[in-house]
Amino acid sequence: MLARHALPDPEALAAAVAARDRAALARSLNLLDDKRPQARRAASRFLATLPGERLNTAGHLIGITGPPGAGKSSLTSALIEVWRRRQLAVGILAVDPSSPLSGGALLGDRLRMLAHDQGGSNVFIRSLACRGEFGGLSAEVWPMSLAMLAAFDIVLIETVGVGQKEIDISKMSDTTCFVAQPASGDSIQFLKAGIMEVPHILVVNKEDMGAAARKTLTELRTTLKKQIDPDGWQVPALSVSATTGSGIEKLADVIDSHRRWLTEHQLLATRRKRFQGEWILKRLREEFGRFGIEQLGGEPLLFESLTQRQGSPFDLYDSLRDQFLANWKRTT
Amino acid sequence: MEKTKRDKPWLMRTYSGYASARVSNELYRTNLAKGQTGLSVAFDLPTQTGYDSDHPLARGEVGKVGVPIGNIGDMETLFEQIPLGKMNTSMTINATAAWLLSLYVAVAERQGFTPVQLEGTTQNDIIKEYLSRGTYIYPPGPSIRLITDIICYTVKNIPKWNPTNICSYHLQEAGATPVQELAYALSTAITVLDAVKESGQVNPEDFEQVVGRISFFVNAGIRFVEECCKMRAFVELWDKITRERYGVQDEKMRRFRYGVQVNSLGLTESQPENNVQRIVLEMLAVSLSKNARARAVQLPAWNEALGLPRPWDQQWALRMQQVLAFETDLLEYGDIFDGSMVIQAKVDALIKGAEEEMARVQENGGMIPAIETGYVKRQLVTSHTERMRAIERGDLQIVGLNCYKETAPSPLVSEGESSIMKVDPNAEREQIERLNAFKAQRNQAEVNAALANLAAVAKTGENIMPASIRCAHAGVTTGEWSQVLRDVFGEYRPPTGIDISLQEESPSAIVKLVRERVRSTGEELGRPLRILVGKPGLDGHSNGAEQIAVKARDVGFEIVYEGIRLTPQQIAKAALEEGVHLIGLSVLSGSHLELADEIFKELGKAGLADIPVIVGGIIPVEDERVLLSQGVAAVYTPKNIDMNTIMLDLVDIIRQSNGLQPFEQKAA
Repeated sequence: MLARHALPDPEALAAAVAARDRAALARSLNLLDDKRPQARRAASRFLATLPGERLNTAGHLIGITGPPGAGKSSLTSALIEVWRRRQLAVGILAVDPSSPLSGGALLGDRLRMLAHDQGGSNVFIRSLACRGEFGGLSAEVWPMSLAMLAAFDIVLIETVGVGQKEIDISKMSDTTCFVAQPASGDSIQFLKAGIMEVPHILVVNKEDMGAAARKTLTELRTTLKKQIDPDGWQVPALSVSATTGSGIEKLADVIDSHRRWLTEHQLLATRRKRFQGEWILKRLREEFGRFGIEQLGGEPLLFESLTQRQGSPFDLYDSLRDQFLANWKRTT
Repeated sequence: MEKTKRDKPWLMRTYSGYASARVSNELYRTNLAKGQTGLSVAFDLPTQTGYDSDHPLARGEVGKVGVPIGNIGDMETLFEQIPLGKMNTSMTINATAAWLLSLYVAVAERQGFTPVQLEGTTQNDIIKEYLSRGTYIYPPGPSIRLITDIICYTVKNIPKWNPTNICSYHLQEAGATPVQELAYALSTAITVLDAVKESGQVNPEDFEQVVGRISFFVNAGIRFVEECCKMRAFVELWDKITRERYGVQDEKMRRFRYGVQVNSLGLTESQPENNVQRIVLEMLAVSLSKNARARAVQLPAWNEALGLPRPWDQQWALRMQQVLAFETDLLEYGDIFDGSMVIQAKVDALIKGAEEEMARVQENGGMIPAIETGYVKRQLVTSHTERMRAIERGDLQIVGLNCYKETAPSPLVSEGESSIMKVDPNAEREQIERLNAFKAQRNQAEVNAALANLAAVAKTGENIMPASIRCAHAGVTTGEWSQVLRDVFGEYRPPTGIDISLQEESPSAIVKLVRERVRSTGEELGRPLRILVGKPGLDGHSNGAEQIAVKARDVGFEIVYEGIRLTPQQIAKAALEEGVHLIGLSVLSGSHLELADEIFKELGKAGLADIPVIVGGIIPVEDERVLLSQGVAAVYTPKNIDMNTIMLDLVDIIRQSNGLQPFEQKAA
């Protein structure tokens, strides 16, 4: 066995991940998290070796977000049960908040998510701390979702949404579901005010609460009447109960119908390519600010070129970074 | 000399049971012969969590912390030559209380007694299991229903039985302050009484009887004056609640009746002989006030923090009670604190605090919602964390632990292995053989019919007891009874409560150092350090795991903690998927050797044999050596109170396993 501190061979690792080797997937996620230069290079080769066709057209990247206490983990658990019956392989990336002071974090709700699974589950769960990132999602989520997408039919990203910060997840998932808490008007207010980006599917959980859930659903539907996302998808709102299981099959169907709609409108691959652009832009913006982006040609142009280019996102990012630093040196 | 009139002493019990029904029966009869006046049965964890001895989750746990009772055959053996119609038996049993009471009734019937003659107690407080101790099975709704069914059944059929012992004991063990103990125990009692009322099983005119049968199981810590006041506060509050909320007229029915086990949390592993005076002082708290005196007392043994006590250790604990009751003049007086302004002022302050906290629980929707949202558990974890920090800082002095640590060699512990008891390693295998033999001779058709009937009853609102007693007579096993209810009710995991925010305002130099090492080691290894804190086996004592998790997050580790009762497979799967740098296991049931061995096997299968594993728990020195030789990187026991030192160790263990130089060169 390799010593733990030795880095894995990226090509072999990518092949093993594509063959759904769980231990290899776990190692690849560790590698994608690893910030050491030699690990970054290995991770970059790993990403470039993953089957590109698959990453552009196969599987389903689903984002689930919503306020704390809305029952996202229970809902995930109920969805896992449906997907399991439909014989789909599922991977989960669960994002939890970090402590701003120590950087420490409590991770995961693994058992809650596997509540319906009586042991022997094949669902793969990796938890991540958001590590103080503005926007709530750590930089590792999107690359990790690629590794998971190479291995599973469904990749679900679950994140705690605090107010308007849910936006990030829509920049890395094919289908974004927002889970609303009955009798809490926050999400509706955000939607109305246009602060929150419109998700693809709105879910009112805890249908079993009765009147409160129905009222929230009605309000959402009224607000959403004219809500169409930038691609032209009419956003549905439905109510479910993760506890009783009611509406969960329907939700799984609606999630799947959005995936089909994207394919039918030839939007899936475009959307996935946009994720790469968004991810790199965000990294650059964080590091060099708006000034840096301007130096590199401005956001629209940069974004356009990023979605076209092939290869590892780590390499693209590094080359842009080098380009900026070289310019900077010349001008100063 | 004229004989002074003395009060009748309390019931004296010793919480005991281990290995098998046969050896526990012998122990009970020996204890009774020594003057013990009641029995207190400790069941093993599989029995408490509803598994048969041959279930995979029971592996390593059979007969460890109590006696395994798998069916009526075991129960008959347990009480052989002990006439149940004349005994007073307390059973520490919760999620499976209805089942064990059914077995008790069935055995009594076979001995020729009727239920009406039986006296005793079933703990049957499943609510506190979600907060401490952890032997819950079903979700809160069905658990309340089980509690309610036992109460309603016994009030009608076993009128001298205490159907539920609302526990504040375990809340204190989980960190509760006296105010929290009062507030949460009484809030639980209210929840239970409301549920009984709502069930409609009891006629309104009989409701006073129900209130009169509610008893409590309380803890007494070392701050014995305050604890004494806490007992008096309980008495006053219960009188008020039963009068105002339930309109109980009969003063006798409003009496706060309670049993006690004194504090185990404060017992130390270092200089364990000091535990003797701690236990005696704690006993005073529950006996000095005549108006708030315990009805039954059981004392821990001096060496409980070291391992399982021997018969001699238990005898010593019983003799402490006998000296107080029979040698001293305590029982010759009325209430010696009546009229004391100092005592009354403290009592009033506790009552005020408790009523405020009870109001907060009500604001959270009552005890059950406050448990489901994690509110109560977070309060307890917070209190316990504060206690640990106070010990660490030395603000809370514990003799022999964080002060006055120097000691001459103790003759009491110099015997090593023989100063605690070891359960016969064959106990589990033999128990499984007995189970198989029992199953082979029963009438399967009767068993099936009884189980089908139980399932049908569980689905309706009908009382669960008659169907369970039928199961007992038919030869149903503990695992079968519980599984039928698992199928109908489902299972539940409560919030872990460790998601508290307890950042120290100005971290000490040592905390800063730990944080810096955690951060820089994470940088050297390329990603933040991650730890899996796992509780394998059936043991639900989660204090240690919770405190490690809270502390580790506080110093910058990313922590995966999933609560209690994990299988070795679940732990290995989580370690793989989460990419952790270290696994910490917490085991307090005595099954550490078996569980560590199984986890190593699972880690090996997952290709994770090189992840360092540490173990914490009540682990005898001999076992510590075995664990270390099996490959465990470090072992922590109750004497390791300095959490910062533990954290520094963890960083170094991670460094070493990853080929980095440790910060501290430890002396071998």
